[in-house]
Amino acid sequence: MAESRVVLHFPKDLLDQPVTSTAIRRYDLGFNILRADITQDQEGLMVLGLVGEPANIEGAIEWMREQGVRVQPLEQDVVRDDERCTDCGACIVVCPTGALAMDAATREVSFDAEQCVACGICVPVCPPRAMSISF
Amino acid sequence: MIPLPKSYDEINEKIRKGEVVVVTAEEMVDVVAELGPAGAAEKIDVVTTGTFGPMCSSGAFLNIGHSTPRMKITKAWLNDVPAYAGLAAVDLYIGATEVAEGDPLNRSHPGRFSYGGGHVIEDLVAGKDVRLRAEAYGTDCYPRRELDTWISIADLNEAYMLNPRNGYQNYNVAVNVYADRDIYTYMGVVKRDLGSANYCSAGQLSPLLNDPYYRTIGIGTRIFLGGAQGYVYWQGTQHDPTGGRNERGVPTGGSGTLATVGDLKQMNPRYVVGVSMLGYGVSLAVGLGTAIPVLDEEIAFQTGVSDADITAPIIDYSRNYGLNEGEPLGDVSYAALKTGSIEIEGRQVPTTPLSSYVRAKEIAEKLKEQVVAGEFLLTEPVAPLPSADSGQGFKPLKYRPVGEEGCE
Ligand code: SF4
Ligand code: SF4
Repeated sequence: MAESRVVLHFPKDLLDQPVTSTAIRRYDLGFNILRADITQDQEGLMVLGLVGEPANIEGAIEWMREQGVRVQPLEQDVVRDDERCTDCGACIVVCPTGALAMDAATREVSFDAEQCVACGICVPVCPPRAMSISF
Repeated sequence: MIPLPKSYDEINEKIRKGEVVVVTAEEMVDVVAELGPAGAAEKIDVVTTGTFGPMCSSGAFLNIGHSTPRMKITKAWLNDVPAYAGLAAVDLYIGATEVAEGDPLNRSHPGRFSYGGGHVIEDLVAGKDVRLRAEAYGTDCYPRRELDTWISIADLNEAYMLNPRNGYQNYNVAVNVYADRDIYTYMGVVKRDLGSANYCSAGQLSPLLNDPYYRTIGIGTRIFLGGAQGYVYWQGTQHDPTGGRNERGVPTGGSGTLATVGDLKQMNPRYVVGVSMLGYGVSLAVGLGTAIPVLDEEIAFQTGVSDADITAPIIDYSRNYGLNEGEPLGDVSYAALKTGSIEIEGRQVPTTPLSSYVRAKEIAEKLKEQVVAGEFLLTEPVAPLPSADSGQGFKPLKYRPVGEEGCE
């Protein structure tokens, strides 16, 4: 048995469908709802702890993705509002992992959620406040 | 082809006819390298520049219209940010660095400074409702004493941005030599133990670095400001054209500045962004761009400036800057800064910019499109800005302690 924490983003058209409960039944999982925010009219958001066999957790995540749910591991809970980001670069020296980095040629600042450890350091440093902790 | 030197009228005529040849200052580097200044001057008519970064000396004048009954406002707040009301009855000035009332400031250091004047200006430009609270003492002609209302930019009579200082020609590189912790400055977070070198200039794309002696930019020059067409109305505060320059004439320190004005109602929130500098305060990032007429070979040469030709002084911000002492730790080119790390005192120091090159380039590109489309015509300055031969310098405050007058 293992527990995997994931952030699920539901597009608007999936909000009224039982995607999560179906996934949990199909893959024989237990779950803890850590946070749910489905009142926004744009997108629903749920933070879940999935409990079960690792292969089944993987399968459930895969299946939910196929249904159109965006699934993020919970460690990646710092997000960037790309519209708000000006590519200034003020964040790159404070990010301890290189998740925020500047492309030497284009001067664009990329955010690699895979490398982000959600330390939150960049959040108050970013001048236009494009970085936020998303739950 | 127009024989050199070209005139403003000749270039504007080409713009009107749709024949103008325009490149960005970044593209001009290669053009001049390839054709030489004379060849570039013949081929290229206009070079566009851009910069996008925090411009602390920014603000906006607003006329809110008269209420019934009328009011001569003496104190005002926009979304809880104090605005200056020491003007005619319903004129207000909101400054970019004014912090919202009640902000904890740096009491818990470093303060976050989440909202201030820069954000109010961005919200206005974005068309959002802003709450205006105002007080007055009341007069026979202006009896009203209190006001609490929503306003939005469309309802204002006038709303224009005014930047007493904008477009610094060049700027310092900030490092932290002496503090045993990271320091929080208007140049961003400067890491301890020479842990970062923070810079803030678009370098080769920057307006005044492409016209180092202000030959084509002066009072009345039309510019790109915050997404609208604005104008230069004066030299900026702290304009210091007589400082050091390299063999090309490019300033090796801060140097020239512009005072600019533009219609807030025409601006775009993409180029007018409220910013919060951790531990320092609030400000406003503003997009600025110029269209330089390539009148002759000399202007072609200057607009061909590249990041390798421009250097900035490395200044310690943990002690020397604040106390006005010490010497720079050296000079460094923007080409070196842009590699991501520079050498200072034998150590590799990571660099971090504060102004967005991406957005600076976007502004130069946008301006290029506008010139090509005939939407942006060039203007000959009504009067020049003080240049290197003007004798105008930048004086420190002459401190004359109060209470010690005449104590010789
Ligand atoms: S949260 Fe930490 S690791 Fe993630 S991007 Fe920000 S600074 Fe980097
Ligand atoms: S500091 Fe913020 S706005 Fe600047 S590049 Fe980083 S994420 Fe983007």
